[in-house]
Amino acid sequence: MSMEQLIEKYFRPGRLPHIWCPGCANGIITGALVKAIDRVGLEKDNTAVVAGIGCSSRASGYLDFNTVHSAHGRALPFATGIKLAAPQMAVIVITGDGDAAAIGGNHFIHAARRNIDLTVLLYNNSTYGMTGGQYSPLTPTNSKAATAPYGTVDRPFDLAALARGAGATFVARGSAFHAPMLADLIASGIRHKGFSLIEAVASCPISYGRQNKLGDAPAMLKWQRDHALPADAYEKLSDAQKADKFPIGVLYQADAPEYTEEYAKIIARAQKGGL
Amino acid sequence: MSKTLLMQGNKAVAEGAVAAGADFFGGYPITPSTEIAEELSALLPTIGGTFIQMEDEIAGIGVALGASLAGRKVMTATSGPGFSLKQELIGYAALAEIPIVIVNVQRVGPSTGQPTAPSQGDVMQARWGTHGDHPIIALTPSSVPECFRLTVRAYELSERYRTPVILLMDEIVGHMREKVQLPPYASIPRPERKKPLVPPQEYRAYFGAQDDLVPPMAAFGSGYRWHVTGLVHDEYGFPDSSGKATKELLDRLFAKINDHLDDIVETEEYRLEDAECAFVAYGGTARTAYAAVDMAREEGIKAGLLRPITIWPLAEKQIKDLGGRVNHIIVAEMNRGQYVLEVERAVAGLCPVTLCAKYNNEAIAPAELLAALQKTKRHAGGA
Ligand code: SF4
Repeated sequence: MSMEQLIEKYFRPGRLPHIWCPGCANGIITGALVKAIDRVGLEKDNTAVVAGIGCSSRASGYLDFNTVHSAHGRALPFATGIKLAAPQMAVIVITGDGDAAAIGGNHFIHAARRNIDLTVLLYNNSTYGMTGGQYSPLTPTNSKAATAPYGTVDRPFDLAALARGAGATFVARGSAFHAPMLADLIASGIRHKGFSLIEAVASCPISYGRQNKLGDAPAMLKWQRDHALPADAYEKLSDAQKADKFPIGVLYQADAPEYTEEYAKIIARAQKGGL
Repeated sequence: MSKTLLMQGNKAVAEGAVAAGADFFGGYPITPSTEIAEELSALLPTIGGTFIQMEDEIAGIGVALGASLAGRKVMTATSGPGFSLKQELIGYAALAEIPIVIVNVQRVGPSTGQPTAPSQGDVMQARWGTHGDHPIIALTPSSVPECFRLTVRAYELSERYRTPVILLMDEIVGHMREKVQLPPYASIPRPERKKPLVPPQEYRAYFGAQDDLVPPMAAFGSGYRWHVTGLVHDEYGFPDSSGKATKELLDRLFAKINDHLDDIVETEEYRLEDAECAFVAYGGTARTAYAAVDMAREEGIKAGLLRPITIWPLAEKQIKDLGGRVNHIIVAEMNRGQYVLEVERAVAGLCPVTLCAKYNNEAIAPAELLAALQKTKRHAGGA
């Protein structure tokens, strides 16, 4: 399906144009999401898209599913409630690095721990774009930010490692530059039964790029091209070589009991009267 | 057949939830509300419902709101510090019009305060805890049977008005054991939210409210796709940043409650017929007030009690009417004086209003209320 056809099929009529700045990678990532949804063949009525607050989370309003633009950091509790109440639904979470890793960090690790069947697409633009470029838990050390005029001291999370450590059973990273691959990763994440994280390296030329002199939108995408490496190739590098690279692809996958399926067993047991 | 049981208030809340058809609980353990979660963790799966203990208080209400969007009847329960943490999402539920019952078994605060001691210090937080203008409904039981009845009632109101409803308890009623007669649950009408009558392509999630100002609500997954947001929105649910949209939405949210005060506001009168002075008391404190009224009557003082069962919205009409009927009102509450300010406002000078406050971890004793009454009578006599 062409992007025009995908927009026709999955975007709400009359909701575009979007609010994103020219050159923002959020559109590319959202495009990869609908491509993945189409490939997996999800029914619109049977799919919920739940977002938090931030630039990326606004995508929820453009997409023609059962959609929630929840509160800052709280997409995962809302999504967990929908999935528990309607386990037959596919539930996709759209979130950002500040939304998921800072204010929603507790929900993030616990949703991963439960291995509940949610697909989390995290737009990582390394900043709080909507509020004008303050530093997030994924801003690289020594970056400039609206709240770090002298540069950041904080060390960023390795979100993929965090998710894996917390119990996620599908962890992948893609980038806006590698959009076709990103769509593949999202599709695999949706198909995976359990908690899936797909971190999409985004680019925010306006709130982040400008302050850090990273060039215009194409330059920021080229940076992704030049610094992303397939996971297996990345693993062969020395620590020094790894320093300014990042791995993309499926980083971890495992089978583990899924929360709603396990809870269904509890219901069956309780209804039989056994403790 | 109804059954008579000796039961704790918190357990009666759990039973009331099941009787009302609730099938989802999300929460986080906190004293003195924990028994509600414990009971529902056992009860809900037996009826095919879902219980989940979340990672924190915010997630406890968030997960319940998600389940409500998918058509479940939901509850979360907490106490003071947890109630503070839930406030942002209580506002979300008010603005996005998502039914939910939130139980707060109050304890002494602020902060960790006295976790096991009774208090009624969250009366104003129940009204104004979340930011911004918003209407709220809060009910306050005084007995174990009423814990059951008002939980069912909370679901009725929440589903009918598509709004969060707070069950504002205190440690006295939460932990007290009393005899309660439970009707067969099948005999209790199950509150249902208004469903859309139009086909999905014509559905507008915040339109079609008609006379009752409550728009029909479709469940996620039912074939009606819609957008939920905490932003001010248009009748489809999409963000609308105009001043007109803000004003219209807030006006409707308030009107849908204020136009139905006769349905929502419930009070009880005790020996008020010929009363010359009256107590206003609610929750666990009202039990003391019944006794104090009886003691006063034995001494020849014509006392009575007005008990707000719906504590929010304020029973303005009933309180004002009382102010015109008696010579004096004493508000009794386990805090430093919160509801008394509202009573004063409603009475608007028709008679003096004084406060009998207690906030030393102990319930107010009937003798203390009687003494407060005698004192005001002496003052009035001496004047
Ligand atoms: S601020 Fe950054 S992330 Fe937000 S829309 Fe603009 S470019 Fe995109």
